[in-house]
Amino acid sequence: MFEALTDKFNGVFRKMTGRGRISEDNVREAMREVRTALLEADVHYEVVKQFCDDVVDKAIGQEVIKTLRPGQLMQKICHDELANLMGPVDSRIYVVDPPPTVIMMAGLQGSGKTTTCGKLAKYLDKKDKSSLLVACDLQRPAAIEQLGVVAEQAGTGFFRVEGETNPVKVARKAVNHAMANKIDVVVIDTAGRLHIDDEMMKQAEDIAQATKPHQIYLVCDAMTGQDAVNSAKEFNERLELDGVILTKFDSDARGGAALSVKQVTGKPITFIGVGEKLDDFEEFHPDRMAGRILGMGDVVSLVEQAQETFDQEEAEKMQAKMAKGKFTLTDFMGQMKQMQKMGPMKQILKMMPGMSGNAAALDMISGDEFSKMEAIIQSMTQDERDNPDIIEASRRRRIARGCGMQPQDVSGLVKSFNQASGMMKQMAGMGTRDRMAFAKQMASGGMMGGGMPGKTKQRSKRLSNKQRRKRRRQKRRR
Amino acid sequence: MAIFKKLLNGLSRTKQRFVGGLKSLLVGRTIDAKLLDELEAMLIQADIGVKGTMKIIDDLRTASSEGRIEKGEEVIDFLKNELKTYWPEADRAIHFAESGPTVILVAGINGAGKTTSIAKLAYQFHSGGKKVVLAAADTFRAAAVEQLTIWADRIGCDIIKGSAKDPASVAYDACDAAIAREADVLLVDTAGRLHTQDNLMRELTKIRDVVGKKLPGAPHEVLLTLDATTGQNAIQQARAFVQAIDVSGIFLAKLDGTAKGGIVVAIRNEINLPVKFVGLGETYEDVEPFDPDTFVEALFA
Ligand SMILES: Nc1nc2c(ncn2[C@@H]2O[C@H](COP(=O)(O)OP(=O)(O)OP(=O)(O)O)[C@@H](O)[C@H]2O)c(=O)[nH]1
Ligand SMILES: [Mg+2]
Repeated sequence: MFEALTDKFNGVFRKMTGRGRISEDNVREAMREVRTALLEADVHYEVVKQFCDDVVDKAIGQEVIKTLRPGQLMQKICHDELANLMGPVDSRIYVVDPPPTVIMMAGLQGSGKTTTCGKLAKYLDKKDKSSLLVACDLQRPAAIEQLGVVAEQAGTGFFRVEGETNPVKVARKAVNHAMANKIDVVVIDTAGRLHIDDEMMKQAEDIAQATKPHQIYLVCDAMTGQDAVNSAKEFNERLELDGVILTKFDSDARGGAALSVKQVTGKPITFIGVGEKLDDFEEFHPDRMAGRILGMGDVVSLVEQAQETFDQEEAEKMQAKMAKGKFTLTDFMGQMKQMQKMGPMKQILKMMPGMSGNAAALDMISGDEFSKMEAIIQSMTQDERDNPDIIEASRRRRIARGCGMQPQDVSGLVKSFNQASGMMKQMAGMGTRDRMAFAKQMASGGMMGGGMPGKTKQRSKRLSNKQRRKRRRQKRRR
Repeated sequence: MAIFKKLLNGLSRTKQRFVGGLKSLLVGRTIDAKLLDELEAMLIQADIGVKGTMKIIDDLRTASSEGRIEKGEEVIDFLKNELKTYWPEADRAIHFAESGPTVILVAGINGAGKTTSIAKLAYQFHSGGKKVVLAAADTFRAAAVEQLTIWADRIGCDIIKGSAKDPASVAYDACDAAIAREADVLLVDTAGRLHTQDNLMRELTKIRDVVGKKLPGAPHEVLLTLDATTGQNAIQQARAFVQAIDVSGIFLAKLDGTAKGGIVVAIRNEINLPVKFVGLGETYEDVEPFDPDTFVEALFA
């Protein structure tokens, strides 16, 4: 329905193409489409309002990058803002020593708690942690039996107390049992409850009191509508949630309610359930979710859009050159410059599955490294730029002196260039999809410094609620 | 519908929720852009959706510019009338079989409230003196059969469980049993499924067809159980279920929370599907026939 959001944006901005600056009127008009998209995605009314205002503020007066159409720029601003609202996320479950780590599940009726317990157990098992599923839903008929079957399917431990009607007692006994048996993680399944059911909410508080969970997750149906914030707020106030698990995400729901929950409670979505099988469980990625809420189609099509932002004409000229093998250092420089201008490229590559760890490699084309290359090329003669093969030792020394660098820097550049032009020659004959795959390969081990995996890990430092609130406030002020 | 008469007395709970909300917003005000904005916010937060909300607001704006309404107080009645025309009385009645058992097939996405809703209907029919049989055709979810069995025991009605893992064959056997036992009503529980899972939707069609083959004219009623907290995706759900099994009405479950269930307005607008019952709690007594009046009032509470 909203796959054409960019088209609509572009329609709004068509008149102003070439003017180079986004005006308030244009933005406001364009934002009407976004507003509808967000509301139809079940993002809460107030959150939508705030969001649209923020984006307008951000977009007004933005320089339109020459290679980008204003519509695309708007889309990117919206996408990034949405992703920001949902991230950063740290899905890791910190296991305490001595065991057990206690995890409590809470949520409305029918949100998927019991199944999610089993999924969590499997997830933990893959991380070599043992778990115990505890039946504290003593309300719904056959809920205990259901959890028992799920535990068996997950191949993990199951704990129930026959005849007991008080879930607090069951929970407490389960933790003791896990302690005695050195089970790593206790997962407490609780009855579904309405946030306005005071007695039941009190019961949930009591379970939390008695077991002091290390993590309390709200299990939330991806198809929930505007009321999601009301229930989430109440659950959060009563239980101090740590995160939200979004279920039934394999549907075609856009899941905007989840975004609202994050906005209202400050608690991130940590996992998503994507099917009925216990393996259908994934860590959450804000940027993918942002794309889905805006209805922007899959990542690849996004990349394709970004690729179009290369100056079309320039690119065609370049391709012809590449195909003929007449790609020179001057062209190389031009390409690099364009890549650098194209900030979003890096952003987009990051979104591709498996690329986030390699995003660091893309830093190579920015900053210091880039100015170094530029300096080297500038101190070459035209002949040398057109035909780098003629650069032997004495020319190398001269060029190095001219830009204040070492001769090996010069040969390094020539080597990268030769590699790159070889690759580009190959790429010239490919379709966009293949080219992306190629670029991915290139970044992970090729010309851009062999990637630096592991760098992303630092990003996932956990913020306290206070820090997070502070950060949000700062961001708003900016 | 005689057996549901007594339920009309039980509307108090939903009525209670209508304390002021909209009224306090409207009293003493004239209909202007600001008021329309506030109304729009309310309607959207009730999950009516952008399209439906725009339609209502536009109608209101027109009525006001034509001088048909002037004061804020009149808005409530205007909205009630507008929304009530969406659900004519005839649409909300249950279709009973002319002879033999009336078969009611119940479907919906995972966790919507199907099994509990079946228990509620079973209890209503049972206490109205009808002979009720339940078919445990959710052969997929863990302990689903046990769950329905517990309800059957509590209510004191029959339940048919299959030996096979095939829901269509359970439904078939249940039809046989219903005929043999001269049951008045057969309620068929099915496994929750996402409307996007084509194979499972086909399975549902098969269940429907099998029932129809066994008992011409069956199922007489096909209810889609919808969770009242569901947002705009419910329209997609309704579309897919209508396509697979010709849904004849909605059972709107979990209306006892704070969700308004406004999505049924959108569903009524877009696919012309009536709401027949509302679920208002977790016991088998917590059910009411859908009453547009009360619903509209609660919408703006
Ligand atoms: N508050 C409230 N809870 C309800 C209502 N209807 C069902 N529930 C609860 O919602 C949860 C799910 O209900 P079920 O009847 O098991 O739903 P289902 O659609 O059969 O679920 P699956 O068979 O697992 O797909 C249970 O905890 C019910 O008690 C209702 O009207 N109000
Ligand atoms: Mg069920």
